[in-house]
Amino acid sequence: MSEQKTRMVPIPSQGIIPERDLNATPVLECRHLGIEFGGLKAVDDFNLTIGKTEIAGLIGPNGAGKTTIFNLLTKVYHPTSGTILFNGKETSGMNTVQVNRAGIARTFQNIRLFSTLSVEDNVKIGLHNSMKYSTVSGILRLPGYWKNEKRMHERALELLSIFDMQDLANHTAGSLPYGAQRRLEIVRALATGPKLLLLDEPAAGMNPSETAELMVNIRKIRDTFQIAVMLIEHDMKLVMGICEGIAVLNYGRLIAKGTPEEIQKNPVVVEAYLGKQKEADA
Amino acid sequence: MVFLSYLINGISLGSVYAIIALGYTMVYGIAKMLNFAHGDVIMVGAYISFCVTQYLGMPAIVSIVAAMFVCTVLGMLIERMAYKPLREAPKLAVLITAIGVSYLLQNSAQLIWGSNPKSFNSLVNIGSIRLFDGALLISDEAIVTVLCCIIIMVALTLFTSRTKMGKAMRAVSEDKGAAQLMGVDVNFTISITFAIGSALAAIAGVLLCSSYPVLQPTTGSMPGIKAFTAAVFGGIGSIPGAMLGGILLGLIEIFGKAYISTELGDAIVFLILIIMLLVKPTGLLGKKVNEKV
Amino acid sequence: MKKMSKTFINNAITYALVIVAFIVMTILQNAGVLTRSMKGQLIPICVYIVMAVSLNLVVGISGELCLGHAGFMSVGAFTGVVAAACLAGGVPNPTLRLILAMIVGGLIAAVAGVIIGVPVLRLRGDYLAIVTLAFGEIIRNVINCLYVALDGSALRMSFNTPVVQEAARTAEGIPFQVLINGPQGATVATKLATFTMGFVLIIFSLIVVLNLINSRSGRAIMAIRDNRIAAESVGIGVTKYKMMAFVISAALAGMAGALYSLNYSTVTASKFKFDTSILVLVFVVLGGIGNIRGSIIAATLLTVLPELLRAFNDYRMLIYAIVLILVMLTTNNPRFKQLRESLAEKLRRGKGAGNESEGGV
Repeated sequence: MSEQKTRMVPIPSQGIIPERDLNATPVLECRHLGIEFGGLKAVDDFNLTIGKTEIAGLIGPNGAGKTTIFNLLTKVYHPTSGTILFNGKETSGMNTVQVNRAGIARTFQNIRLFSTLSVEDNVKIGLHNSMKYSTVSGILRLPGYWKNEKRMHERALELLSIFDMQDLANHTAGSLPYGAQRRLEIVRALATGPKLLLLDEPAAGMNPSETAELMVNIRKIRDTFQIAVMLIEHDMKLVMGICEGIAVLNYGRLIAKGTPEEIQKNPVVVEAYLGKQKEADA
Repeated sequence: MVFLSYLINGISLGSVYAIIALGYTMVYGIAKMLNFAHGDVIMVGAYISFCVTQYLGMPAIVSIVAAMFVCTVLGMLIERMAYKPLREAPKLAVLITAIGVSYLLQNSAQLIWGSNPKSFNSLVNIGSIRLFDGALLISDEAIVTVLCCIIIMVALTLFTSRTKMGKAMRAVSEDKGAAQLMGVDVNFTISITFAIGSALAAIAGVLLCSSYPVLQPTTGSMPGIKAFTAAVFGGIGSIPGAMLGGILLGLIEIFGKAYISTELGDAIVFLILIIMLLVKPTGLLGKKVNEKV
Repeated sequence: MKKMSKTFINNAITYALVIVAFIVMTILQNAGVLTRSMKGQLIPICVYIVMAVSLNLVVGISGELCLGHAGFMSVGAFTGVVAAACLAGGVPNPTLRLILAMIVGGLIAAVAGVIIGVPVLRLRGDYLAIVTLAFGEIIRNVINCLYVALDGSALRMSFNTPVVQEAARTAEGIPFQVLINGPQGATVATKLATFTMGFVLIIFSLIVVLNLINSRSGRAIMAIRDNRIAAESVGIGVTKYKMMAFVISAALAGMAGALYSLNYSTVTASKFKFDTSILVLVFVVLGGIGNIRGSIIAATLLTVLPELLRAFNDYRMLIYAIVLILVMLTTNNPRFKQLRESLAEKLRRGKGAGNESEGGV
């Protein structure tokens, strides 16, 4: 595995991004983002900047609010305070569908596939907005149908080949083994042509060799598509191995930001996160 | 004065709906199924009461007890034979089975009692009340119906909140698995719920036919559907909701028929249900999930 | 050679089944083998097949329980009658007139679908089911109060009060024809419906539904059914596609309704009660939710079954009810399911082995 070290540089407003992304608009900027559920602050004053091609990690103990942040970014929940800038544009007023069309795609912690449909159809549904033909040409089988279906088929197989899954194309998504379902979710998200890919515990339930392969593939996805990836993960090997910038969340608040090296040395993180694990181990 | 008499009619009809809706709502709360056969249990109750008074010449009270007994057994039987085996089955399968049971009851009734309507003699004979020098007539059926409804409502509320069985019902409606782990006999509890619901249906049948004395195998279907609407209106799963929904529905129906259009009475009822659900998608009192029974 | 896809073969079997059945029935009819009551069943069977296929689009493909499908059928039925009467002068060809009447019936039913769909599709689960039930009843109630008459070449409509100009108009020598007379229902001047057109309508609805399922929009509809949140997360607008399924289904039901009403001399709104909606739902569930071919077979068998049971006369609906319950109980019995799966597995293995040996040759 060729480990290219990225230099992370601080940017004027907040946080750090990879040096190579300095000249581009950050793909994501969260400013004072917060949400309350009945008086309880699930996320509070969350600030984060992610560079255009950065692989960023979001870690923290269970219940820290990591998935809530994904839900805020994808408008499953609407923030009660703060702003989200995606490619420099505010996303307030958008809904989940519009956010995806703007370029944020995600996977889910508890896998959400279209489980009765085939693997290929799952990916084709991801291609829904990029390869269009009208319902009428679909029903009447006009040329537009044949042309686009062919393109969709080819593109779907191409995307599946990232994870070497093209042979599974005709299988029912729900019948796949767990690891393959997680990979399919990533492929489906990629099919929507995102600028920012949010992965919610992509390695959960995978064995070490699968995880190692996943690490390679996440980096490959970033390199080929030139997109940013933000991932929530409990597997520290994966996080420290591929993330360039890491944010640590505890009780809904950001307690640390930095490179993997900085995070590993940060006493606050060790106390809140790793320290807790030691306790649990004892 | 006319308005007042409509009001009384509305409350009386609404009370019948409320009693039926209570059965619907309890069963829905606990078994999460739309029991389309519930309306036909009403019809069976009315027929039993009719037979006991007409053919056996027994007093009204005996006929009511007999009707309640038969319906209770019938309700438990239906649950045991048709619904229990489908507890893990898809919702639609249960729905279709309930519809099958409904057809079964209707057609059995037709074979036993014939399809010609029977005229039901009112079982209530305590004398009507005349107010305002006879300008306002309150029928004894109306009085008894409303009284029954109030008694049932209070009794059910006490039952579900105070007794062990009632608490078990609430537990099962909340979470079957957890209730089972806590030592609640889920099957027995569901059986009892059906029994209570069906006994109420018998009472509703007798009261309904006392006020609207045409008895035929399809007598139960429309009141059944409307009571079900009432249960949804009030927030399905909620006992006070079923009560409120039933009475409101009765009022809407009577006033709609009286002041807007006789033919469109049912349409008005359903239209208001739709508007209601759009404004408050879980029904009037359906918000508190904890109140589910 | 490219392997034919499974869906293609599946759909081909469905079409073939319908075409063969049509040819056989036509031959039998021409040979005079069919009894009168069987002949009378042919068009209703076609109508119920289309109803079942279209309802399956909502219940099976879109995953929403609709209990008011007969409402759309009645909208199509009554507009079809009116359209056929209005076109009587201008379009002499009966087949063309029937087609136009069905199109009008379908379009108006689609409009009803839009009007109903907008509020209904905001709700979920059982609540949605109840509201569709309510709408079905409202439509029936409203049609019961509708009076339409053809006054010369103008259409006179009134609500709640009959159109009473007949005597006067007839005296003036202007043709006056009452088309819909409130609770007495619609009067059909000429029965336009034919078995062939029933067959054409089935094929049409199959093309629409099957092609829709295997297209971009159909996948979006099924994606929403399988997982609404995931569908939104990949940029699929939920309302649009739910609406699409609902409206297409309503339009097809409307066309079936037009065919149905033009098969009788009178049609009343009570023909399209809640029971009819349930009847069609039973076809869909027994045929297999989401299984279009199953809907066709179930609709046919269950329309014929009560006729076959005519010998039992009084008992036939009772038997029907018992059959319904028993079928539901057995098909959902875990042991039965296991048995079916193991059988299917054996069959597949047998087939697989066959294919391999063929490959070897």
